[in-house]
Amino acid sequence: MSQIIIYTIITLVAIGAAAAIILYFVAQKFKVYEDPRIDEVEEVLPAANCGGCGFPGCRNFAETLVKSDSWDDLFCPVGGNEVMANAAAIMGKEAIEQAPKVAVVRCNGTPEFRPRVTEYDGAPTCAIAHSLYSGEGGCPHGCLGLGDCVVVCNFDAIHMDPETGLPVVLDDKCTACGACVDACPRDIIELRKKNKKDRKIFVSCINEEKGAAAKKNCSVACIGCSKCFKVCPYEAITMENNLAFIDSEKCKLCRKCVPECPTSAILELNFPPPRQKEAVEANKTESN
Amino acid sequence: MSLKTFSRGGVHPPEHKLSSGNSIVELPPPEVAVIPVSQHLGAPAKVLVNRGDQVKVGQLIAESAGFVSTNIHSSVSGKILKVDHFLDSSGYRKLAVQIQVEGDQWLETIDRSDDLVRNTVLPAEDIRKKMLEAGIVGLGGATFPSHVKLMVPQGKTAEYLILNGVECEPYLTADHSLMMEHTAEVFSGIQILMRGLGVEKAIVGIENNKPDAIKKMSEMAAGSAVSVQGLKVKYPQGGEKQLVQALLKREVPSGGLPIDVGVVVFNVGTALAAYEAVMKNRPLIDRIVTVTGKSLEKPSNFRVRIGTPVSYLIEQAGGLPEDTAKVINGGPMMGKALPSLDIPVVKGSSGILLISSAESRRKELKPCIRCTKCVSVCPMGLEPYLLMNLSEKSLFERMEAEKVMDCIECGSCSYTCPSSRPLLDYIRLGKAEVGKIIRARKAV
Amino acid sequence: MNKFIVSPSPHAYTDESVPKLMYGVIISLLPALAVSVWFFGIGMLIVSTVAVASSILFEYLIQRYMLKVKPTHLDGSALLTGLLLAFCLPSNIPFWMVMIGALAAVGIGKMTFGGLGNNIFNPALVGRVFLFISFPVAMTAWPEPGQWMSYTDAVTGATPLGLMKEGLASRTVSEIMPELPSFLNLLMGKTTGSAGEVSALALLLGMLYMMYRKIISWHIPISILVTVALFTGILWFANPDRFADPLFHLLSGGLMLGAIYMATDYVTSPMTGRGMIVYGIGIGIVTVLIRVFGAYPEGVQFAILIFNGFTPLINKFVKPKRFGKEVKHG
Repeated sequence: MSQIIIYTIITLVAIGAAAAIILYFVAQKFKVYEDPRIDEVEEVLPAANCGGCGFPGCRNFAETLVKSDSWDDLFCPVGGNEVMANAAAIMGKEAIEQAPKVAVVRCNGTPEFRPRVTEYDGAPTCAIAHSLYSGEGGCPHGCLGLGDCVVVCNFDAIHMDPETGLPVVLDDKCTACGACVDACPRDIIELRKKNKKDRKIFVSCINEEKGAAAKKNCSVACIGCSKCFKVCPYEAITMENNLAFIDSEKCKLCRKCVPECPTSAILELNFPPPRQKEAVEANKTESN
Repeated sequence: MSLKTFSRGGVHPPEHKLSSGNSIVELPPPEVAVIPVSQHLGAPAKVLVNRGDQVKVGQLIAESAGFVSTNIHSSVSGKILKVDHFLDSSGYRKLAVQIQVEGDQWLETIDRSDDLVRNTVLPAEDIRKKMLEAGIVGLGGATFPSHVKLMVPQGKTAEYLILNGVECEPYLTADHSLMMEHTAEVFSGIQILMRGLGVEKAIVGIENNKPDAIKKMSEMAAGSAVSVQGLKVKYPQGGEKQLVQALLKREVPSGGLPIDVGVVVFNVGTALAAYEAVMKNRPLIDRIVTVTGKSLEKPSNFRVRIGTPVSYLIEQAGGLPEDTAKVINGGPMMGKALPSLDIPVVKGSSGILLISSAESRRKELKPCIRCTKCVSVCPMGLEPYLLMNLSEKSLFERMEAEKVMDCIECGSCSYTCPSSRPLLDYIRLGKAEVGKIIRARKAV
Repeated sequence: MNKFIVSPSPHAYTDESVPKLMYGVIISLLPALAVSVWFFGIGMLIVSTVAVASSILFEYLIQRYMLKVKPTHLDGSALLTGLLLAFCLPSNIPFWMVMIGALAAVGIGKMTFGGLGNNIFNPALVGRVFLFISFPVAMTAWPEPGQWMSYTDAVTGATPLGLMKEGLASRTVSEIMPELPSFLNLLMGKTTGSAGEVSALALLLGMLYMMYRKIISWHIPISILVTVALFTGILWFANPDRFADPLFHLLSGGLMLGAIYMATDYVTSPMTGRGMIVYGIGIGIVTVLIRVFGAYPEGVQFAILIFNGFTPLINKFVKPKRFGKEVKHG
């Protein structure tokens, strides 16, 4: 009996050894030279393979970083400044710091403000509803609430609120990779500068119709009246196509514009309640 | 006569031709008309009028803005209230001219008599010019500018003119009624189109659920170069590719047009409009619209001014039934559901269909059981279950390889699916995305 | 007045539905069920009831408690799986084995892949093969027809195919034939075999009903049967002593049941007419190969499972006839 066992062991070891030797030589012969720094850079990247950098996967981004001289347009939003600094250290470069960003949903058309006047019975995706008509609320720029942004998020950072019918971004999980921005057929989501304590001031509307038309569908629409523009001390607000836009890079969060807005279209989030005047009812408050 | 049909796919939805046999009722103009500047494929027309202007019926209010474009005329007389964005059947607000109707004054150049004018010596170029001036577009629903269709591209020849009198959509009877009541004018229009196109043969295809129309048209066309062919009742026989295949056994190539097989197809309503434009100097300012529905008091065929709100038509047909949950512009298979009744009738509106709440909602979505029914009913030989699957996963390049652009959006697949899957919804999405990819590729 | 409903076209639908299709198939199986109860009596009743009930029960339990999704056990597909499973079992098999088979069919053959519409292999066949491998003795003891009141105590014998295979080792076809049931008996079903496979006539009637209801098309059953007939015909013509005639092959064993009910399962068969013909020819060839040259007397269940595996490949390469040729861009 033991003879069989010994022969078996010898045969198997011999096959294993032969295979190993053949594989070693083949691997050597067909080896592709790769800059070893690519592996090193890839190590420090977050390995989310989310495409937020604009490249298909972290490895590809690592290759691009190693091969590129200038890193001006290269940034990993998920890893942020820390990861870029680590990668830069490997390549002997100086990483340029970028201000972190966060996704902001610029629509506040809840059923209370934007009543649903029709019922949508098509396939439950925003892309299809958008191509069919302006939506249950009637506003052609308003959020359709069917969740294309939710489906596409790799970081579990955006969810649909069933009561408001609007998506809610979880600031601590959002990496500003931009997937939801691309997924939204109405371009409602914007990547804005992330402030301390997740404070935000933004115009929660992207409707470019004339004021009267916009208000017909939604009571908190921006009507392009320019009152906010006139009162901003930092020239952070611009008016274009009947719509106000607050530049998050220029905004100093002074909150002067918020009470000016006659339709409460400008939202201030994560601030303490204002000392002067009664709290504006249309503000959406998030639980911290 | 023996009946012909197309060879692949097709479904048999119940016909419900409720308004069949009801003679055409001409409706007076509404109180306020809203006339969109884009009622056709191609570039929207450029507005020529301003707020406060007075207009007459037939007056040009917006002009053709490109090669594939056409004119828009006022269908009413009165004062222009606004040139602004109004809700139309696209579901969005689009640029339109709103007119407060005052009286019913027509341009003097328009011949409003009932006399039949027969004059077939006008050269082809003049025919095309008159059709552009009159703003004639395909009235079957596609609204392609007709004068452009009459221009045969370089390197191709037109052999046949085919007239689409099929009206395969359930409920709709507009074409049926105009073939019965305006037979001579339609026939004259066909001859005009033949001349404009430069062909010597024409065939009118009519489905066999309209035997009286087949008979009347055959009698009118007896002895002429126009022949009438009966077709089996099968949806979508009225699709132009299916029609060409049934009548002439020629298949329009994938990505091509009927002219590639020597054929041009026009709706019979367009033939009537061509007659009125060329012989009566009458621009396209009205059309026949079927207003129908199981609960509707008076299913009717109305001759309606362009720009009339849908609410007005429904009133004239007996008022909106209590149980109405869906209002469709067109037929049940390819029509567009409207979000409101304040939407104007446009050149492509062949019918208004009211559906009760009991029949308006889709059934519960079930998984695909791979029963192959969608594949067997697709008239273009596609695989709808696969196209929906690819679209859900955003695999648009693969959709292009699976010939999604051949889809004619007839709806037979979604109609048939036992699991109530929204096949056409996703296929349409895929077509839009693949269209973007193709355009981006061509731009390089 | 209520809100209008807005959805993309079409706005009309057939009243066809998944339960209607499933129950249509079940109705078409009633003649075969009647015949099998007539020949195999109470045993068949017990086996079919247990198979059907366990399939439905297991589907409900798995969906509700393991997958935590809305149970769809009443849509007819579990019932059909159970019934078809019962049809390929001997009518004397103990009820607990039937339950294991149902669990394998529904649990392994259907639910592991993601439920209705997602399985690659025919669930009833998965259950049958599972039992065949796990309990080879019980699964090859076939009750003789006519034993009304017997269940697990039924007297068993070999099937016609089994007798043929065994006999061919030492004798010629013409010597074996007189010992086998006549063609009329094979057609009507008075023969040893699994509960549902015996009556070719009843199964063919069911096929006609399904074709009338537009539940199945002719492609799969006809291409399988024609292929088997041709292949065995060629063999029999070459050597009538070594190979049984085509009619014998067509009428015996599980071929009719397999060709009409198992191979035509929607989920596991190809999506185009041409693809179905390729699939049918393949199944026919492999069935005959196993029957004639292979180790088992009956090959149709393995042939079908093998070609179930090929279905995605067939779907990938065999496309429907497209309308219109490709336009050449000059």
